[in-house]
Amino acid sequence: MTAFFRIDQVSRAFAPEITLGDRIAAKLGAQVETRSLQAVNAVTLELAKGETLGLVGESGCGKSTLGRVAAGILPPSSGTVALEGKPVLINGHKATTRIQTVFQDPFASLDPRMKVGETVAEGPIAHNLVSRTKSGGYVAEWFSRVGLDPSFAGRYPHQFSGGQRQRIAIARALAMKPDLLICDEPVASLDVSIQAQILNLFLQLRRELNLTCLFISHDLSVVRHVSDRMAVMYLGRVVEEGGADQVFDRPAHPYTKALLASVPKLTLDDEALVHFEPIEGEIPSPLSPPSGCHFSPRCAFAEERCRKDLPELREVEDRRFSACHFAEVLVG
Amino acid sequence: MTAVLEVRDLRTEFNTRAGVIRAVDGVSFTLNRGEILGLVGESGSGKSVTGFSLLGLVDQPGRISGGSIRLNGTELVGLPESELRDRRGREIAMIFQDPIATLNPLLTIRKQMMMAVAAHSRMTAKAAEARCIEVLQRVGIPDPVARIKGYPHEFSGGMRQRVAIAIALLHDPAVIVADEPTTALDVSIQAQILHEMRSLAAETGTAMIWISHDLATVSSLAKRLLVMYAGKVVEEGATATVLRDPRHPYTRGLITSLPAIASPGEDLLQIPGTTPSFLSLPPGCPFAPRCDFVESSCEKMPEITLENERMWRCHHPLGLSGAER
Repeated sequence: MTAFFRIDQVSRAFAPEITLGDRIAAKLGAQVETRSLQAVNAVTLELAKGETLGLVGESGCGKSTLGRVAAGILPPSSGTVALEGKPVLINGHKATTRIQTVFQDPFASLDPRMKVGETVAEGPIAHNLVSRTKSGGYVAEWFSRVGLDPSFAGRYPHQFSGGQRQRIAIARALAMKPDLLICDEPVASLDVSIQAQILNLFLQLRRELNLTCLFISHDLSVVRHVSDRMAVMYLGRVVEEGGADQVFDRPAHPYTKALLASVPKLTLDDEALVHFEPIEGEIPSPLSPPSGCHFSPRCAFAEERCRKDLPELREVEDRRFSACHFAEVLVG
Repeated sequence: MTAVLEVRDLRTEFNTRAGVIRAVDGVSFTLNRGEILGLVGESGSGKSVTGFSLLGLVDQPGRISGGSIRLNGTELVGLPESELRDRRGREIAMIFQDPIATLNPLLTIRKQMMMAVAAHSRMTAKAAEARCIEVLQRVGIPDPVARIKGYPHEFSGGMRQRVAIAIALLHDPAVIVADEPTTALDVSIQAQILHEMRSLAAETGTAMIWISHDLATVSSLAKRLLVMYAGKVVEEGATATVLRDPRHPYTRGLITSLPAIASPGEDLLQIPGTTPSFLSLPPGCPFAPRCDFVESSCEKMPEITLENERMWRCHHPLGLSGAER
């Protein structure tokens, strides 16, 4: 059975541009340093229809790059992305409108010179989902579905608050009738009360439209709230994947475990202010990842072997994957 | 307990062309030695302006229009700029959200820290540098003797914020105002910094005002909590008590909006509507248009109720008199 959506062995590297000066220097025999940054490294993920996969990780782990590759915005260096077995990219160009994206920053992702109604109508008109004459009613329908007054369609983005703009961004993505929605930190820039409104809207629309979602966030509590399954990334690789509850309750990778311990929790107990167990050290530069397991320099469980052998992502339980030599010990 | 900072009925307003914005409207609280006080609110609640006001850092067209700020017994409101400047950094210091914007990219960390030392004390360059290295060590910068010669761009976000904290600590201030200091950082780095700040406050006796939109972060750090809405403190009390049993409907809405509280996949109990504009606040309780429990009495501004070391500003407080709602 082919998965509804499959990211297969996708890697994406960013290499610095080779300038004319570099080329001349190389001709003259100088060693030109071309360090490429491996943002995403051999990632395989599958989504079943109607499922939401949460993708978490800290800055620089490659989660947004992976999201862009999955959306067909960025071609992978190697590997394939396919929706119902059909490749998303053909000759380096996105060949489907069935995947749409909602981005983090609603201030940067809406054209400030276009009326928001035009922004929402642009895609559906271009792809003949609706005729230009009927587009007004179509936009109004989507505006009311995302909780905006349809009369706002004639306004410009600067006339809206952050939460309203994110609603517009959601309307723009959904007006294309996608089967897969990729959300890249859709609530990260919003206030708590507005974040709750947008999450509720997301849950409601997902139910109504039977959407499949890749939900990218650094916020573990948000991801747990919306996801069926989740994947954890560290330095370009998926280090753990499994059912959201399982990953939260019984993490199978020391990084996930440490990340969960780092999240401040609401403290309802006067005496015991939470006992933090911060992960030591900083995230290494992806330009020069540590040898062996990339997490080993910060890992409390690391042994000699971890510094030499890079652990592969492997199935440790049914539909439960971990890239740790000691996953079985952790899961217990 | 000795109070280091007493704020009474603080008012800060901005005269704009569109009207007067009362960003801080009658805020009062007391901060004790070594205490961490959490100041929570959403964008535009006036929490940052409160922080700026404490240091006298409100720029034109804003001004402190009333109230009192007593730092170690000295009244700061109305003090001439030169005297404020003398206290800023020495008795009261601030840490900002964005460590990229607060450090000068053209100067080495050493140069910036030495300037901060020289601003308030006379000591030899050798002694000053020793002091800088001492505080850098204190905030967990590895190898401070070498790192102090570096420029800000050579530091990661977390390390830059540590440098900013180190600068704030240079003169052992009585009070540090921290405005969203970990918001821009990753969770693993945030946890390290929270951990260190807590032991700092305990060991040095420095009191802190921790301004944040994140209830969970504040609750893991501050024993007492102030919740602000539209320029006013709407609730105050021991953090755990307030979170367990909120009196103000806004506080409860903030708590139930958190996905960590709800069961996965279930709708969150959201607060409807958006934060009101300061230019068009309703005449009575500013939260009334978004409140589930609004009644005709809410058209009048609710007075402050004080009870059992708690404070709230609501006509229909929750969790009282068995009237469970």
